[in-house]
Amino acid sequence: MVKFALPRKSKVTEGKNWPKPESASETREFKVYRWNPDDDENPRVDTFHVDLNECGPRVLDGLIWIKDHIDPTLTFRRSCREGVCGSCAMNINGQNTLACTKSLHDISGDAVKVNPLPHQPVVKDLVPDLTNFYAQYASIEPWLKTTTSTPQKEWRQSREDREKLDGLYECILCACCSTACPSYWWNSDRFLGPAALLQAARWVTDSRDEAAGERLDYLEDPFRLYRCHTILNCTKACPKSLNPAEAIATLKLKLVERQV
Amino acid sequence: MLVADPQQGLRRVPATSEAMMTVRIERPLSPHLQIYRWTLTMTLSIVHRATGVALYFGTLLLVWWLMAVSSGPGAYAAVQSFTSSWAGRLIAFGYTWALMHHMLGGVRHLVWDLGYGFQPTEREWLTRATLIGGILLTVLLWIAAYAIGGGGR
Repeated sequence: MVKFALPRKSKVTEGKNWPKPESASETREFKVYRWNPDDDENPRVDTFHVDLNECGPRVLDGLIWIKDHIDPTLTFRRSCREGVCGSCAMNINGQNTLACTKSLHDISGDAVKVNPLPHQPVVKDLVPDLTNFYAQYASIEPWLKTTTSTPQKEWRQSREDREKLDGLYECILCACCSTACPSYWWNSDRFLGPAALLQAARWVTDSRDEAAGERLDYLEDPFRLYRCHTILNCTKACPKSLNPAEAIATLKLKLVERQV
Repeated sequence: MLVADPQQGLRRVPATSEAMMTVRIERPLSPHLQIYRWTLTMTLSIVHRATGVALYFGTLLLVWWLMAVSSGPGAYAAVQSFTSSWAGRLIAFGYTWALMHHMLGGVRHLVWDLGYGFQPTEREWLTRATLIGGILLTVLLWIAAYAIGGGGR
């Protein structure tokens, strides 16, 4: 449901202003969303000053520096630090992206503003609860479905058919796209969102899959697929430069094509 | 409720079980509209919706005008006096823009629904063309209207 304002307990208040490190010659201001489940406070935005001479070039380096040098309770997910795992997806200066691939040099303005992925329940600080997102991914049944008998060796696919999956299979499920979508904000209980739909397109497109019909049946729904209004925030946010909006358009086309 | 199980993947468990303990915490909703940076496509998406709503009301004006045409000179003169007033002109101008903008927006969505125009330069070009085209067509129409009708009376 459309609710523009945040609920009362979610309203963000001004937080702590952590002192500048004394020895640092060159610093960058970080404004970071904080929420602690163990006290009964509202979320707040803390201000940190990161020593750029001691810290790597990416936003994630800055967050790790804060955790190491200022506040060890700062909580965020990260793993591969090279844009492969999708753990450190967050909203940086108003745009969803991966903290590990976002360069501090590419952020205009003084402050680096870091928020959790938008419109999600917060577990702690920058960690959102993505249970619904994963359940939606599971609902499109992201595995090969066949009715013919299993071949002696592998399921074969021509080079050309394999190439059709380029731009679809590379998704790392970081949730940048889905949580960038206003339609998903208002209807995430029923709209599958760009990430799950991109994967739905990936399996519908796969020449080895034999369940395209039932996959399309599942998508043919005013909410699951058709809440996409081509706002394009998904494609603009994708840190892997994939195009969920285009994939959704191909799904809509396939639904039309099978009726004519 | 759904829980993630390392062995079985996602599975359903009764909502009364101890798994509910983690749910009982009232988690805040992370900020969305408050922090998301507006982009042109995002802005024109909501403008398309807004002009669509505005057209419903604008159509009522059109119906009023048509009814006046069919009911005689007296009623028609009443409409004329409103549409030639300052406020009436402004509303008619706004209605023209909403119509032109929404029409071009419809064309843009048709292009997208046919599967074209999704590359970065294409999508921005299409979106800008809608915005500028809508304003341009509106101004041209009004220049033509004034040139032909003289704008008087």
